[in-house]
Amino acid sequence: MSEMNDMGQDEPKKVAIAVMSGDMDKLFGAFIIATGAAAMGMQVTMFFTFWGLRAIKKNVRTGKTPFGRMLGAMYGGDITKANPSKFSFGGMGRWMFGKMMGAHNITKLVELRDLAIDLGVELYGCQMSMDVMEIPQGAFVEGVKEPVGVGFFLMKAQEADIELFI
Amino acid sequence: MSEDIKVDLELDLKGLLCPMPMVKVSQKIGDVPVGGVIRAVATDPGSMADIPAWAKSTGNEVLSAGKEGDEYVFLVKRAK
Repeated sequence: MSEMNDMGQDEPKKVAIAVMSGDMDKLFGAFIIATGAAAMGMQVTMFFTFWGLRAIKKNVRTGKTPFGRMLGAMYGGDITKANPSKFSFGGMGRWMFGKMMGAHNITKLVELRDLAIDLGVELYGCQMSMDVMEIPQGAFVEGVKEPVGVGFFLMKAQEADIELFI
Repeated sequence: MSEDIKVDLELDLKGLLCPMPMVKVSQKIGDVPVGGVIRAVATDPGSMADIPAWAKSTGNEVLSAGKEGDEYVFLVKRAK
């Protein structure tokens, strides 16, 4: 690691993160690690699947079939709708943690996600879960790469020095 | 120990928490020339571990890191 530098003269270290969770706390973990790694000069790939997809979504309606539309209505919105994995209390927990984090001046989750994109972290949606959940590429925020599958993720994970599943 | 070091950029990291102090240093290091020094002042105790770790990973140099009252003051030299 000590041989590496910001200017890419040596091969940068690589990080691959699979994000399956849509929980607020776990997304904080994922994006803090991703932005931190990018700041340390590492190349970061994030692969969003299933509940994680909402973290890269715009606040738009999704779903084609009745079930898809119901899912879009019940698990809709964007990253700002992420609830904590404990003490959710139907949205109260999100509000409470938001207040506490604001009091401690923690960077908002949505800001961390946008910072990750600014720092060059590569974000991918999982094609299969996008199909199942009826979330099209057009529902994602700007900067999210074209959808990929597990083969692509495994290639990235194999090349990576650090691999995380969140 | 740091009195005679020329500072090229002052960086205010006060109030910022993980991962922002390290991210801000990484974003600003390119603004000083190679051999240039950033003086960064943080209030996050975690930055005492993070900024030296960042420097080690990116090949830059922390000339000094110390607590001054409630603040953590770093002199970071751009090495490459």
